[in-house]
Amino acid sequence: MALLEVNNLGISFGGLRAVDNFNITIEKGDLYGLIGPNGAGKTTVFNLLTGVYVPTDGSIVLDGVKLNGKPAHDICKCGMARTFQNIRLFDKMSVLDNVKTALHNQVKYSLLSSIIRTPAYFNAERNMDKKAIEILKVFGLDRICEYKASNLPYGMQRKLEIARALATNPKLLLLDEPAAGMNPTETQELMDMIRFIRDNFDIAVLLIEHDMNLVLGICEQLKVLDYGRIIAEGDPVKVVNDPRVITAYLGE
Amino acid sequence: MLTNILEQLINGLRTGSIYALIALGYTMVYGIAKMINFAHGDIIMVGAYALYVAVALLHLPAIPAVIFTCVVCAVLGVIIERIAYKPLRNAPRLAVLITAIGVSYFLQSASLIIFKATPIPFQSIINVDSINIGGVTISGITIVTLVVTTISMIILTFFINKTKAGSAMRAVSEDMGAAQLVGINVNKTITMTFAIGSFLAAVAGILYICQYQSLKPTMGALPGIKAFVAAVLGGIGSIPGAMLGGIVLGIIESFSKAFISTELSDAIVFSVLVIVLLVRPSGFLGKKKSEKV
Repeated sequence: MALLEVNNLGISFGGLRAVDNFNITIEKGDLYGLIGPNGAGKTTVFNLLTGVYVPTDGSIVLDGVKLNGKPAHDICKCGMARTFQNIRLFDKMSVLDNVKTALHNQVKYSLLSSIIRTPAYFNAERNMDKKAIEILKVFGLDRICEYKASNLPYGMQRKLEIARALATNPKLLLLDEPAAGMNPTETQELMDMIRFIRDNFDIAVLLIEHDMNLVLGICEQLKVLDYGRIIAEGDPVKVVNDPRVITAYLGE
Repeated sequence: MLTNILEQLINGLRTGSIYALIALGYTMVYGIAKMINFAHGDIIMVGAYALYVAVALLHLPAIPAVIFTCVVCAVLGVIIERIAYKPLRNAPRLAVLITAIGVSYFLQSASLIIFKATPIPFQSIINVDSINIGGVTISGITIVTLVVTTISMIILTFFINKTKAGSAMRAVSEDMGAAQLVGINVNKTITMTFAIGSFLAAVAGILYICQYQSLKPTMGALPGIKAFVAAVLGGIGSIPGAMLGGIVLGIIESFSKAFISTELSDAIVFSVLVIVLLVRPSGFLGKKKSEKV
């Protein structure tokens, strides 16, 4: 069975059909791209998948679990994690604490044991620190883990957001324009990193991106959205040369 | 003269630390749910009556009575949040504010019906001897108040900064949406915030009633509003700000009562608020908001 199966997904805001009849099947280890002109409904798809919006119709099944209508934090627990188009870190917290908040759902200690500071509390906290540092190492952020998140340069904030999403222990990682605002060198680095994450964390990646170098460089399959509908899908090189896609981007 | 100043300073610290405890509730709820819980002052009143019921009617000893009071208030805070505020999570802020004022009047009226309007005298449950240091007398209740407040603040600071639940609270207060999407249960976190805020209000209520020794249904209004001023003074949303604001407010009040005029003391307190906000609109420790143009 596929990792993610989405059938006939749709949402209406009043009279506006923002996403209509959206289908996607993602297998374990896939690197999938979702592209389309501005306002096509790409981020809305992410919001539907992660529970920010409740779909009007359709079904979302992740690893055999139906996700429709579950609250966002439960969907996250089921193995769906994401980053945002405009970075949304916990600015006032340290780099380490940002990652640790994402580890909460995997660590259990009671409120009481944290107040009277039992060994269980210290063990749990130490394990969380260790796990967080491990993830930060992948991104080269472990040496600056005490910095405040808002003090990091832009590129590092992007990386930290991916690290935080990875810390929730996802099966599927959704990246919303990960290369936005990056220069070509940084984008190249990001591509290597996404491949590395896919291989080493045993996850599938679905990403929204406008940077065609990145899309063609790493995505194995593409879906193209326009006005909330899929207009093309399949092999990236074929898809971007599809006349319908070119028309959607550039007009007649 | 010096003795007098020192004594007034200690008085101010006592009232100020009670304000600080209440202000913490305002500031934590504001930080997380982005609302001013105007019913917060009335939780103090409920706490005072709960203590009265436990001590005078149920004849409980001091410690169980205190625990009873704190539990009653924490549970009440959670119930209020569930019934009155949770359904309005996505409503305009003004609606939530009006609801909070409604809840405040509801609590006052309920206690008016149950306990009637006549003030009830109350015997303090704190029996600690006063001490004298170099001519300055410090009453037992003052000592207890300062010790209890200090301990509460240390535990709270530790809780917010060093525990899972505390960092979930910080995360929700920064970005509720992002917090949800890293797996934090926002409703649970908000419930917990109300429980902690109301718990601190109960502690404040106990200290307050042992000082003033008289109960009436509207008794929560004034300390409530002053603590709100303290929270704004310190920078609403900031926990150290609420502590600082409360203590500064208490000291100003105590000095103006002693050296200027008892009648004018409240006016002076509020004037200080106006002046501070003119100079620092976000309070002592509040975050300045800069917007990119």
